[in-house]
Amino acid sequence: MQTTPAMDAANLPGWDPARANAIIDGLKQTEGAALPILHALQAEFGYVPHPAEAMMADALNLSRAEIRGIISFYHDFRRAPGGRHVLKLCVAEACQSMGGPGAAERLLHRLGIGWGETTEDGSLTVEKVYCLGLCACAPAALLDETPIGRVDDDALTLLAADAAGDRA
Amino acid sequence: MTTLYLPRDAAALALGADRVAAAIMREAAARGLSVTLVRTGTRGAVWLEPLLEVATANGRVGYGPMRVADVPGVLDAIAADGAHALCIGPVTAHPWFANQTRLTFARCGVIDPVSVADYEANGGVAGLKRALAMGGAAIVEEVKTSGLRGRGGAGFPTGIKWNTVRGAPGGQKYIVCNADEGDSGTFADRMLMEGDPLCLIEGMAIAGIAVGATKGYVYIRSEYPHAVATMRAAIVAARRAGLLGDDVLGSGIAYDMDVRVGAGAYICGEETSLLDSLEGKRGMVRAKPPLPALAGLFGKPTVVNNVLSLASVPWILTHGGKAYAEYGQGRSLGTLPVQLAGNVKRGGLIELPFGLSLRSLVDEWGHGTATGRPFRAVQVGGPLGGYFPDRLMDTALDYEAMAAAGGLLGHGGVVVFDDSVDLLAQARFAFEFCAAESCGKCTPCRIGAVRGMEVVDKIAAGRDLSKNFTLLDDLCETMTDGSLCAMGGLTPVPVLTALRNFPEDFERAGRKLAAD
Ligand SMILES: Cc1cc2nc3c(=O)[nH]c(=O)nc-3n(C[C@H](O)[C@H](O)[C@H](O)COP(=O)(O)O)c2cc1C
Ligand code: SF4
Repeated sequence: MQTTPAMDAANLPGWDPARANAIIDGLKQTEGAALPILHALQAEFGYVPHPAEAMMADALNLSRAEIRGIISFYHDFRRAPGGRHVLKLCVAEACQSMGGPGAAERLLHRLGIGWGETTEDGSLTVEKVYCLGLCACAPAALLDETPIGRVDDDALTLLAADAAGDRA
Repeated sequence: MTTLYLPRDAAALALGADRVAAAIMREAAARGLSVTLVRTGTRGAVWLEPLLEVATANGRVGYGPMRVADVPGVLDAIAADGAHALCIGPVTAHPWFANQTRLTFARCGVIDPVSVADYEANGGVAGLKRALAMGGAAIVEEVKTSGLRGRGGAGFPTGIKWNTVRGAPGGQKYIVCNADEGDSGTFADRMLMEGDPLCLIEGMAIAGIAVGATKGYVYIRSEYPHAVATMRAAIVAARRAGLLGDDVLGSGIAYDMDVRVGAGAYICGEETSLLDSLEGKRGMVRAKPPLPALAGLFGKPTVVNNVLSLASVPWILTHGGKAYAEYGQGRSLGTLPVQLAGNVKRGGLIELPFGLSLRSLVDEWGHGTATGRPFRAVQVGGPLGGYFPDRLMDTALDYEAMAAAGGLLGHGGVVVFDDSVDLLAQARFAFEFCAAESCGKCTPCRIGAVRGMEVVDKIAAGRDLSKNFTLLDDLCETMTDGSLCAMGGLTPVPVLTALRNFPEDFERAGRKLAAD
């Protein structure tokens, strides 16, 4: 299907081919460049915009299907924009022993979203993770890059409210 | 002028260390106090975090766990005679620390993690110097003598692995550090990378010299942004100090390294999957042979070792393999950094010679459950490890004893559960986790995990119990025998230990149906 630049821009928030090109160009010579490039693209755009796949395929001499295969294999890479903040909640055994998954499910219920989804106001994406290495202060969470230990219902509600209040 | 120390380890941050740090600086400024605040790693007593330490004539005195509200009172105490409800006295005299054997973690929580000067002043770099003086063959012998076995889970002797890589023909060789640390209940790798990253760098440089590898990678999981940042900063500092580069400490030998970040895939902790991921591919498990030691990263001879295996090496090279082997028991020599986690009052990292019993760990070190409810189970060794009940708590934490009890030591993580745990739910989770994280290469794992969930659900509903118990056994046998790697191969361990050690949780629904 042909897409006009206007359509692309609407579906691809923040997309900037020149920026993507510079990122890919800057990293394509590193050994095993695919993951470093994907991380850099996601850091820049908040997700991996699909036109970048073809650019990566060209630069790394791989097929577009191979690039897609790599993206889909790893839980981290997002193919559509997430919220302004990302909250990762641990549901693995150490956090289970302290009621983590239950608190997580109740937060999702209060926010009216499922795992991996974003609140309607676009403020918060909630993702499931297996272990944050904060197992001696479970249940654990990571809001963007801020670790939080011993979370409970109140703490999670506050986090979500803070994220919603932050329009930056 | 007062020198204070406060961790910036992710667990300390998770418990408010940055807020406490800001409050200290604010309060000190308001009082016109001259204060230097050094941000260290953690010593591992997570239950005391944030743990503030003050340099005194009698060594470092600790206050914890600190809250922002405690800052004024603690500063008052420091200015007076030191007495305060949160004061734990001289830190190294506190039983939690005094009763440990800190070899690998000797500096963690003590020094500024990225200061080479601090590192050297506390015993760092000595191992590297000795390694350069003795040469590759002698280094390998020293590591063999130490009895060091891989701390990543499989427990393979490190010296033998290095010997294979050393003897392998081929130009470029690699040192790959496995810092994927995916097991729930483990955080020792993270703690070391955040608290003493130069120790890992030194260990990897020694490995490089031993086998003739000039390039290394640390593959760190993306869930560890702080470890990634500290590791990167430490590499820059190490290069500047000549520990890394074309001419390591003026020896003429080249060794350098970089950090690579994973992307959220448990299976990438399996060494061959990790190598594929490092090569920029999907993290699919490779069939062995060939061993990574002979055909690893980009097909070249490669040492793949866990963070703790490599970080034990500087101590071994400094003090000798024989000194290391004097710790521990049987074929489990040296020290084990145990990670005590989950529902436990005093959780954290405890480094001890191999051989501590699970019971002393949970009761004496852990002080029982965090919730105060009765203890019911521990899971040892991560998501592929066994669940143990009270009657098996006298089992020792070493490779052989854990295996004999039907489990595994893994990476040394112990997760405590109180009596609210449902072991049938834990068994179901083991299958669910395997289904979510399988690389998908072989059928017993990919399909077996999904079938396993279904069977456990039927048992939970009390349906056709005897048929479904048989099915569960058969399924576990197929996964154990037919899986290409330990992901599928060991998922039956948590399932079957839950079933055998806690049968009442699996029979509850059936009994209820029969009663109705
Ligand atoms: C599913 C799976 C996950 C693993 N995860 C890790 C890990 O996170 N860290 C690690 O060091 N080893 C992990 N291993 C073990 C590695 O395959 C390998 O044995 C280890 O990195 C070798 O280093 P060592 O000899 O120093 O332990 C895992 C193995 C499997 C099967
Ligand atoms: S056992 Fe599972 S994770 Fe391991 S190779 Fe087979 S499918 Fe992949």
